[in-house]
Amino acid sequence: MKTAAKQPNLSRRKFMVATAAASGGLALGFSLPFGADLAQAQAPLAASPEVNAWVVIKPDDTVVIRIARTEMGQGTLTGIAQLVAEELECDWKKVTTEMVTPGQNLARKRVWGDMATGGSRGIRGSEVYTRAGGAAARMMLLQAAADEWKVPVGELTVSESVIRHAGSNRMTTYGKVSAAAAKIAPPDPKTIKLKPYTQWKIAGKPVKRLDTAPKLNGSKIYAIDLKFPGMLNAAVKSCEVFGGKLVSFDDAKVAKMAGVKRVVKVDDATVAVVADTWWHAKTALDALPIVWDEGEGAKASSATIAKNLESGLTSNDAFADTTIGDTMKALAAAPKKIEAVYSTPFLSHATMEPMTCTAKITADRAEAWVPTQNGDQALAALSETAGIPLDKCEVYKMDPGGGFGRRVTIPDYVHKAVNIARQFPGIHVKMIWSREEDQMHGFYRPISQARMAGAIDAQGNLQALHIRVSGQSINAFSNPAAIKDGKDVRQLQGLWKEPGDAQFGYTVPNLQIEYAMRNSHVPVGPWRGVNTNQNGIYLECFMDELAKAAGKDPVEFRRTLMQKHPKHLGVLNAVAEKSGWGRPLPAGVHRGVAVFMGYASYSAAVAEVSVSPKSEVKVHRMVIATDCGNVVNPDQIAAQTDGAVAMGLSALFFNEITIDKGRVVETNFHNYRILQLADMPKVESVLAPTHDFWGGVGEPTICVVAPAVMNAIFAATGKPVRHLPIKNQKLV
Amino acid sequence: MATLNINGRNHDVQVEAQTPLLWVLREQVGLTGTKYGCGVAQCGACSVHINGEARRSCITPVGSVKPADRIVTIEGLSPTSSHPIQKAWLEHDVPQCGYCQSGQIMAASALLAKNGNPSDKDIDAAMTNICRCGTYQRIRAAIHTAVRTKA
Repeated sequence: MKTAAKQPNLSRRKFMVATAAASGGLALGFSLPFGADLAQAQAPLAASPEVNAWVVIKPDDTVVIRIARTEMGQGTLTGIAQLVAEELECDWKKVTTEMVTPGQNLARKRVWGDMATGGSRGIRGSEVYTRAGGAAARMMLLQAAADEWKVPVGELTVSESVIRHAGSNRMTTYGKVSAAAAKIAPPDPKTIKLKPYTQWKIAGKPVKRLDTAPKLNGSKIYAIDLKFPGMLNAAVKSCEVFGGKLVSFDDAKVAKMAGVKRVVKVDDATVAVVADTWWHAKTALDALPIVWDEGEGAKASSATIAKNLESGLTSNDAFADTTIGDTMKALAAAPKKIEAVYSTPFLSHATMEPMTCTAKITADRAEAWVPTQNGDQALAALSETAGIPLDKCEVYKMDPGGGFGRRVTIPDYVHKAVNIARQFPGIHVKMIWSREEDQMHGFYRPISQARMAGAIDAQGNLQALHIRVSGQSINAFSNPAAIKDGKDVRQLQGLWKEPGDAQFGYTVPNLQIEYAMRNSHVPVGPWRGVNTNQNGIYLECFMDELAKAAGKDPVEFRRTLMQKHPKHLGVLNAVAEKSGWGRPLPAGVHRGVAVFMGYASYSAAVAEVSVSPKSEVKVHRMVIATDCGNVVNPDQIAAQTDGAVAMGLSALFFNEITIDKGRVVETNFHNYRILQLADMPKVESVLAPTHDFWGGVGEPTICVVAPAVMNAIFAATGKPVRHLPIKNQKLV
Repeated sequence: MATLNINGRNHDVQVEAQTPLLWVLREQVGLTGTKYGCGVAQCGACSVHINGEARRSCITPVGSVKPADRIVTIEGLSPTSSHPIQKAWLEHDVPQCGYCQSGQIMAASALLAKNGNPSDKDIDAAMTNICRCGTYQRIRAAIHTAVRTKA
């Protein structure tokens, strides 16, 4: 396990060193995109000369906007194009996009900034420099026209790619001046003024996605679809027990099977069959006798892991991230004390496209085609595993068939594909994981439990709250350096005292929030919404238990405690109003509410739910309010809200990764059931933007989905729901 | 050896009879629009039409397909991407990552061919394909739109 955990850190370190060397010490830092030394640049991607790194304009006025972040369905490609186009003042109907490669980014001193696409940062993390890139290009295009006409640039106006000079009644288009603009020095960044959102015409509007058409007729090529002349296909199997090792395999038994080229060791825990087709490779792999050393991990089970977590609920080794007042004293003295223990399981990402990667390695060059959320890291992994210098490597990013965090932290599948391809020099080798391999070798959402205790005074006010989270740490597995003084605050995401990203939204006079680390041999990683999912459930469901004990309406109870957190309160009020909170519902239908913060955005949900006497739950409607600061595309925020509901409800109702004899039990969709269309409630997305910050969109809303439904079930049955998933539970 | 009628053309393929149609389409015929998701007929990403019925090609042995059976894949649904379902999908911006959408479109177009005006309950019953991005609400709306536009 430790070996696997170390790989990305080595990659990261090596990459930072290498990047610093290649860029003269700039390392990972970057400011504005037009400071690059173009003399060092590789050949431009598009045939026409670029105005700057972000914008290429062809003679026919087609605008090509360069995209560095990954498009995995979340709509970032369209959103970034909207931001660049807004400042560029171009004709949106003529906008196209192209993805830049990590190798080009490195060669150009990271002119496109950070390529990693996680933490809901695709837009909020690049809005300043992408907008500035569009504005700089506009300034250069206008200057080119002014130079040609010999008039002051201040006398020109531009709209939808058409430049006009009223004084001389002349006009031209971006396409006609782009070649001249490309030769103009970029403007001083200090002279670039970005538009206020109130003047936006393209950004902020529900424009259609730019990438839909090829997804409707089979023409879009995903990584799994790649074909190259002479390409071979690899099927892989790693030791089912995490941490186990490959001892031997009997390749003679499969050597004569159809299409088989060779059986190869991939790494110390993985074997691959390489064949002419993937189906042949997979068929032979299934027949291959393999001897494993399953190691210590084989002794672990869900029961042993749960027992370890339980010890953390009352242990002395926790640290307190928040300590206000004297919570223990207040709880001991309380007239009414409420206590509860909650739990959430491991979860797999189950991206629809399983892990796949194609690589071609020669003596002096390495290339890989990677459906990654993290292009820079994929490039580093390729270089490290192939043993080829970074500047002789290139990664071609493929739009992933789903990401959800699986493809952002550790490029395990790149390492494996490259290790296979190294053994077939000069040949493209495409590795595809079976669904079973994908389910059994993920980086799972960490398992955790929480012990909650609250004190209610005689007036029904919350006097004290104690939260103890016990569970596995993502940082301990993949980035131990992020844990300062043994305190892993990341596992308390959403319960933090600091404003700005994932702040606890209530004011409680006595408050203690603690984390006890309890790790297992199961690899863990970020899963859409990361720790806001578990912590949102613990806090928001317990708030309803407290509200009931206090005899108060759940929304009113929260409002009282949120007076010092106006943005939390803002989304609560928005969702209460739009859902019709307090108004009568049909017989048997009940409401639940939840509010939480993550990724700099504020979210609140109201669920309308009915529960049958047989514990069957029907979610009829969900209203979800979001304040993500600035809104780039309301229709795509609605789409992400739909997605958060579908994924959040799958997790609530069905999903758990359990462990038996050290390995994952849920190997495919037959026992890892994904929510289907029939189970999808009506979803209404409510935007409540306050425009004074930039928040994320892809992840923030998922954390309120499950607790809102759980609270509605509580309202329906009078019994709190405290453990996920709720399949097989008696709710009534 | 098998002869398959795919999107109106006959293809002779050299392949073991138990090979799933999915992998014959993808690796022998070169039609990669039909996707692998689970291999056990749970997710529907591999849905194609065989004689007009939506079928999960990942568990359909190629040996069970007769030369006269008409196989239609996403690439053959419409030569110009103008099937009412495709047009409605575009209008509603249904896809997110898009990986499952070939299968969703094949399932929805098979439904529409049989049932000119499906109710929400009909849609619930027919559309059992998994979408991990959660595009279900737009899929439902787009099917209703396609009903209105195909007339």
